[in-house]
Amino acid sequence: MNPITGDNIPAITPTFRFQWEKAQNCFVVLYPEGMVKLSHSAGEIMKRCDGATSVDGIITDLHKEFPDTDLDVEVYKFLEVAREQGWIRTK
Amino acid sequence: MNKAGSEQSKLPQPLWLLAELTYACPLQCPYCSNPLDFAKYKKELATDDWIRVMREAREMGATQLGFSGGEPLVRTDLEELIAEARQLGFYTNLITSGVGMDEKRIKAFKDAGLDHIQVSFQASSEELNNFIAGTDAFQHKLEMARLVKKYGYPMVLCFVLHRRNEDQIRDILELAITLEADYVELATTQYYGWAYHNREQLIPTREQLLHAEQVAKEYQEKMKGKMRIFYVIPDYFENRPKRCMDGWGHVFLTITPDGTALPCHAARQLPGLEFPNVKNHNIEWIWNDSPDFNKFRGLDWMKEPCRSCPEKEKDLGGCRCQAYMLTGDARNADPVCDKSPHHHELVATIDRVGKLAGTPEFEAKPILFRNPKNSKKITSDKETLPA
Repeated sequence: MNPITGDNIPAITPTFRFQWEKAQNCFVVLYPEGMVKLSHSAGEIMKRCDGATSVDGIITDLHKEFPDTDLDVEVYKFLEVAREQGWIRTK
Repeated sequence: MNKAGSEQSKLPQPLWLLAELTYACPLQCPYCSNPLDFAKYKKELATDDWIRVMREAREMGATQLGFSGGEPLVRTDLEELIAEARQLGFYTNLITSGVGMDEKRIKAFKDAGLDHIQVSFQASSEELNNFIAGTDAFQHKLEMARLVKKYGYPMVLCFVLHRRNEDQIRDILELAITLEADYVELATTQYYGWAYHNREQLIPTREQLLHAEQVAKEYQEKMKGKMRIFYVIPDYFENRPKRCMDGWGHVFLTITPDGTALPCHAARQLPGLEFPNVKNHNIEWIWNDSPDFNKFRGLDWMKEPCRSCPEKEKDLGGCRCQAYMLTGDARNADPVCDKSPHHHELVATIDRVGKLAGTPEFEAKPILFRNPKNSKKITSDKETLPA
């Protein structure tokens, strides 16, 4: 599979569920009989994978909310992992 | 469950709620994990009881909810329970044989918000599948698996492996590929409940296991990224015990059809424990405060050789039920561990079965199928045994 680029549009795979868990105080990914707790930054990235916003758009949006963070590399790294795990799809 | 990038809180949470909705089941699998005396529990929780249980468990942090049984499809309120569970924010798993399901119901479950369906198969061939299941279910299961995919559910296919079907492993995996399973669970029989009673008829040989493991590995490689294959390690053949349920009262909460709360679905058989019932107590008290859920928490209950063992935090001494069944004392080390003074008995059983397997006389010994008639019979036989 090609590496993820700025104009790719990530979306959460329908067979996975992404939601906020109050009891865990974090975002989680749910799948048959399993759960992955996401770190704060991973949760913020996943939250923006809406199937309409491009990776560039996600990064721009994150910069607005976290202006002092250098996050571009982290976004790409996480999205690659998330796609490999099947949590997201890109088009 | 996996966790990434976040700290686990100090008080354990019942992340996994297993709702055994009923002991009724159209199948008769001789390795069923339900208790042998299931027929004596006739009173099932009402819809409202289940809704309260789900709400209370969810407030305690439960995220995964399994609807199981028996056969959960027997419950006519299943659609209602799914809808309620989904509304509470659970990830809802239906663990089923597929018998009692049709397209209308699969669609209704989807509309109610069901997340996932796990369909069990007893074998890859119709003849063996129907023999083990005790009913002609194979063709219907195939049809149901296709419909599960058609409606966009992630699908887990579960195959319980034992001496009679272990050699079908390649066909089993090919069947899973044909049916487009997302996950395949190859679960070597664990010897609790009916499986313990039938274990001589079910224990595979070492050769069979070795072969099955090789084939499973081969397919894990081949199907990487397309289908996840879980090969559950057969603990009887190991030298160290499994970290059973990830710890007593640590992650899992089972509620039986009559409302008894258990730290695992096999625990009901342990003597000296009077597990609490959801009709008398709320989930918070049951999980946090009840004596039985605290009985084997932590490490203080351990005896030797576990107490002084450097690996005790890793495997927590193994399984309490297995320790009880094989040694008579639930506080003993699980005899799967080769540090247990009872380990040699387990090895002897495996060796003996390995030698006798395939001989006509040994294989002719009848399997006891799981049904109400046999349950009643075996329970009354036990009760009339001299002390």
